[in-house]
Amino acid sequence: MADSEGMAVRLQSLPQATQVGFRVTLASQMSAANALGIPALPGVNRFIGAGGLLVLWLGPDEWLLIAPDGMVEWESRLRNAIGADQGAVVDVSANRVGFELSGPAARDVLASCCALDLHPRAFGPGGCGQTLIAKAQVILAQTDLETYRILVRPSFANYVAAWLEDGVAGVQGHAKADL
Amino acid sequence: MLLIRCPWCGEREETEFRYGGQAHIATPRSDVDDASWARFLFHRDNPAGPFAERWVHIHGCRRWFHIVRDTLTHDITRSYLPSESPEDAG
Amino acid sequence: MKRRPSGGLLDRDRALRFSWDGRTLSGFAGDTLASALLGNNVSTVGRSVAQGRPRGVMSAGLEEAHAFAQIGEGGATEPLVRSTGVELYEGLVARSLSIRGVLSPETDSGRFEKRYAHADVMVVGGGPTGIAAALAAGLQGARVVIADEGPELGGALLRDRYLIDGRPAAEWVRAAGLMLAGLPEVRVLPRTTAFAALDQNGIVLAERVSQHLPIADRSGLADRRLWRVRAKQVILATGALERPLVFPDNDRPGIMLASAARAYLHRFALTPERIVVFATNDDAYRTVFDLHDAGVVIAAVLDARDEATGGLPRKARQAGFEIETGAVVTGTIGDQDGVLQAVRVARLAGGGERLVPCDLLAVSGGWDPNLNLHQQRRGATRWDDRLATFLPGAAVPMQTIVGAANGRYGLNDCLVGGREAGLAAAAALGFAGTVVPAPSAGDEAEGEHASVWHITAPDGDESRSFIDLHRDVTVAGVTRALGAGVRHVEHVKRYTLIGTGVEQGRSAKVNAGRAVAGGIGLDFAQVGVSSGRPPAEPVPFALLAARSRGALFEPVRTTPIHPAHVALGAVFEDAGQWKRARYYPRPGEGMSEAVVRECLAVRNGVALMDASTLGKIDVQGPDSAKFLDRLYTNRIGTLKPGRARYGLMCRLDGVVFDDGVVMRLEPNRFFVTTTTGNAGPVMEWMEQHLQTEWPDLRVWLTSVTEQWATVPLVGPRAREVLAPLVVGMDLSKEAFPFMAVKDGVVAGLPARVARVSFSGELAFEVSVAWDQGLALWDALLDAGSAYAITPYGTEALDVLRTEKGYIIVGQDTDATTTPADAGLEWMIAQDKDFLGKRSLERPAMQRTDRKGLVGILPDDPGVVVPEGCHLVADPNEATPMTILGHITSSFVSPSIRRSFGLAMVTGGRARVGQRLYAPMMNGAPAVTIVDPVFYDPKGARRDG
Repeated sequence: MADSEGMAVRLQSLPQATQVGFRVTLASQMSAANALGIPALPGVNRFIGAGGLLVLWLGPDEWLLIAPDGMVEWESRLRNAIGADQGAVVDVSANRVGFELSGPAARDVLASCCALDLHPRAFGPGGCGQTLIAKAQVILAQTDLETYRILVRPSFANYVAAWLEDGVAGVQGHAKADL
Repeated sequence: MLLIRCPWCGEREETEFRYGGQAHIATPRSDVDDASWARFLFHRDNPAGPFAERWVHIHGCRRWFHIVRDTLTHDITRSYLPSESPEDAG
Repeated sequence: MKRRPSGGLLDRDRALRFSWDGRTLSGFAGDTLASALLGNNVSTVGRSVAQGRPRGVMSAGLEEAHAFAQIGEGGATEPLVRSTGVELYEGLVARSLSIRGVLSPETDSGRFEKRYAHADVMVVGGGPTGIAAALAAGLQGARVVIADEGPELGGALLRDRYLIDGRPAAEWVRAAGLMLAGLPEVRVLPRTTAFAALDQNGIVLAERVSQHLPIADRSGLADRRLWRVRAKQVILATGALERPLVFPDNDRPGIMLASAARAYLHRFALTPERIVVFATNDDAYRTVFDLHDAGVVIAAVLDARDEATGGLPRKARQAGFEIETGAVVTGTIGDQDGVLQAVRVARLAGGGERLVPCDLLAVSGGWDPNLNLHQQRRGATRWDDRLATFLPGAAVPMQTIVGAANGRYGLNDCLVGGREAGLAAAAALGFAGTVVPAPSAGDEAEGEHASVWHITAPDGDESRSFIDLHRDVTVAGVTRALGAGVRHVEHVKRYTLIGTGVEQGRSAKVNAGRAVAGGIGLDFAQVGVSSGRPPAEPVPFALLAARSRGALFEPVRTTPIHPAHVALGAVFEDAGQWKRARYYPRPGEGMSEAVVRECLAVRNGVALMDASTLGKIDVQGPDSAKFLDRLYTNRIGTLKPGRARYGLMCRLDGVVFDDGVVMRLEPNRFFVTTTTGNAGPVMEWMEQHLQTEWPDLRVWLTSVTEQWATVPLVGPRAREVLAPLVVGMDLSKEAFPFMAVKDGVVAGLPARVARVSFSGELAFEVSVAWDQGLALWDALLDAGSAYAITPYGTEALDVLRTEKGYIIVGQDTDATTTPADAGLEWMIAQDKDFLGKRSLERPAMQRTDRKGLVGILPDDPGVVVPEGCHLVADPNEATPMTILGHITSSFVSPSIRRSFGLAMVTGGRARVGQRLYAPMMNGAPAVTIVDPVFYDPKGARRDG
């Protein structure tokens, strides 16, 4: 991983975290939010960060919880809140790994490999979306004005990191022609 | 390259989607005759003009939805949920 | 031409050296390669494609048809580059082209980048119209991208002496440029050509990022950048291009477009000595005024029109210029190198010719709006008599065509039209309310444009009257095409090659259409011109690929156990994007030796493999069993928690789609595996039916393919190896039978263990969290070391499963194979419906002569008949032979110590015992059809 600290953009791997995917009917969405300690589950293309948790919208009945490792049994807590006939809860902690891209040029780096419109008028902090980085599916979430979190299946991680590093090199003006 | 509006996620590049063929094809009951079943399996419309078709936002929210696309101009006039009919306003 | 001591948009303090055909020449910063060559008195810059005629610079821009050069050296060399678009830099190496350019055989060493961009308003063209449009939209707060192919904004204003708001236009351009630069949501892209217009306002741009810089200054920069812009509104301010005229010897060095003569004067301070201006419209008179003011002798002003009544001709007459109306050039005379010396002049109506000596002939056949991008979106065009050209019909949705591109050639029209278009585009998106300056200019009243395009050769020889100057196509060439019966302009294009050059026949299209119309006596408005297609400008493939090359081209997916395979010296194979270990050769082993060893370890000892690439889907909800019963051909609902079942799925047409194992973890929770290649498609298939067919079912799916790393521990000693690694898990046959599944702990890792087997041996398939896969692998290897545990790859697995007659979907089956064809009729539940069942009842699916799965044993046990070989009954039958089937899997079996395989043959198992032949180039080995299970048919070992 290129450590590009001090430049206009920085890319780093995020430590392993608990990830729980849950799909839930309308009837149980409030209970799920209560179990997570948030007023409501985030809406379309949004995520909520509260108390060290991230809750990301993935689809009309689907969310992803990201929590620090080992603190709470989130899987069973959510399952109890949702109820077995109102949805599904699955531990997906190993199913994706995370990167963080930050700095004034972070948006430019993403523009080299991702077609999503990340302009503040279209996205901005609190925005999240599932999209493509080059040919790999990712979850992209903007955590502050200049910081993006990128979640990707582990088998695509090297590929996505290579694209992001290449984009970083491009904006920093020390790009190479070949990889 | 199309720009397609997912009813959930909004406008995205065509590369995020997969095509699902003609929309609004009802599966016949399994006791229909062989000819009707074969028509259901293998026959689809191919109009020059507006066409209701299915897409899935496979690299996004993974939802199936419908659009009306003009096969001559590629203009997309509607994007709607499978539960809606193509004539609904919007 | 001669360089004037001052003037032009040049930096005279920066002299630049460059190489032309091996000679070192010099120019100034601000020059193009074309202007620098003209400034060095190089009038012949290349030879024509077909006839090898000398050619000079004929334009100052996009429409250039002659001046192409080979730029750069080695891997960075680029052929057929338009010299009028190459900015001069120190050390530029260029060569003239003899007939055609040369692609470098080396890998392109340039860096080509791609950028995605989003705009409220995309303005194509940075002339007065585009600037006014971008400024208007930008000041309203819209996100604007404006692109122009030149190194700076200005367009036609850079080559002409206009006033805007009473001040020189350059001052307005500068002020507008500063305003645009100060708007945070406006992106100005100079040196950028829009070459493709895609659906939903996708505009593709090619930016020259560093190619104008000395090579030493380019380090770390991209050569070019591809921009994929999505715009809500597009404003096409692409201007118009001047059209040449067709007359004998109209291709000599020294003949150029009238507007180009002004560009070379005003931008590059280059002048001829004596000029003849040959006009069909008013604009060409600017060339008369400007060159005269620069001290050039105006040898003649010819205007093909009977009358020239517009504002500019009137001014010219008032200034004392002698204007010959109804007069034309009927031919040209060159020196020994073919360079222009004099023109022949006569009345259009006929009569005697006279010679007028000159070193520059400035021609203007009229102006054609640059509508390529409009046409790429199937935008219509219509003929306009007054301007004698094609104007755009209705713009495509969310686009506006404005300024000269819309046939409004007056500067004030451009400024007003551009501003209004910018305001309207912004307003349509809700951006309004800011007061935007309204620049103005005084337009001259413009006379009609002459419809003259071709001056007939007085001697009747039309073989030197060029229509497509780049492709060397003459009037005679079009006549020949028409004589051959070709009629449609698109056909004439392909017959003659008009418009197939790198400049897309920009300057030739209209004249070609007129030649066709005249030749077959049709109205030109109906004949029309050939269509515009992407790319409007040539772009290197390397730019289209951009960074998608090398390691960035395609994802290479690996499992968490990959480092162990590498350390073991595995040979890998591609399974889609995955790398899978195929076999693990030891020193001195080839594939066949390694595979035999690995197979025997599975059959006689203990072995393990990495099966992490299998697709895995978590299925939850009260209707899960009902749902899976509708998907799989066999009964799933009767499965008890803690048990697994082999499952088969069909497509709607009854063809085998995928197979895998279905595990019931809890009454309402299942864990389903798919083949590696179908992980995505099966998940999609399931979601599709839940969402669109059975939305009433309460079932929720989650893909967990990369949540779980999976290692099957296989072989008669598997139980002994696993036993010390588990805690509280009874591995005995009674407590943990075949097709049972348990969650527990293996080697200290939370694990799921399933008694499933694809090899026919005792097997425990152990799954742990993806990131713990390597730890599991190492622990199993360690525990098995006393038993000579052996890693085996996909090749050995293929042999082992073939010995058992287990199919691989997609290898032994194809897009016609039903479950019964594959010998899996026992998996079709009769007492329930499932996807594809109705199709299996169709008569064609019931025929007894369908191909069915069988085993084969070659007569020669040492011969492995290649997979894919056809099987026939009579090897001596004349071709075409009657093909009965083909071999789908074929190996050497270490267990039965001979070659064997699987095949699909008509009639299937009814042919058991028959002998068929596999005809090949050299011989037709015989095989005997047998039952497809070669090993442990009772399954005693698997159940052990």
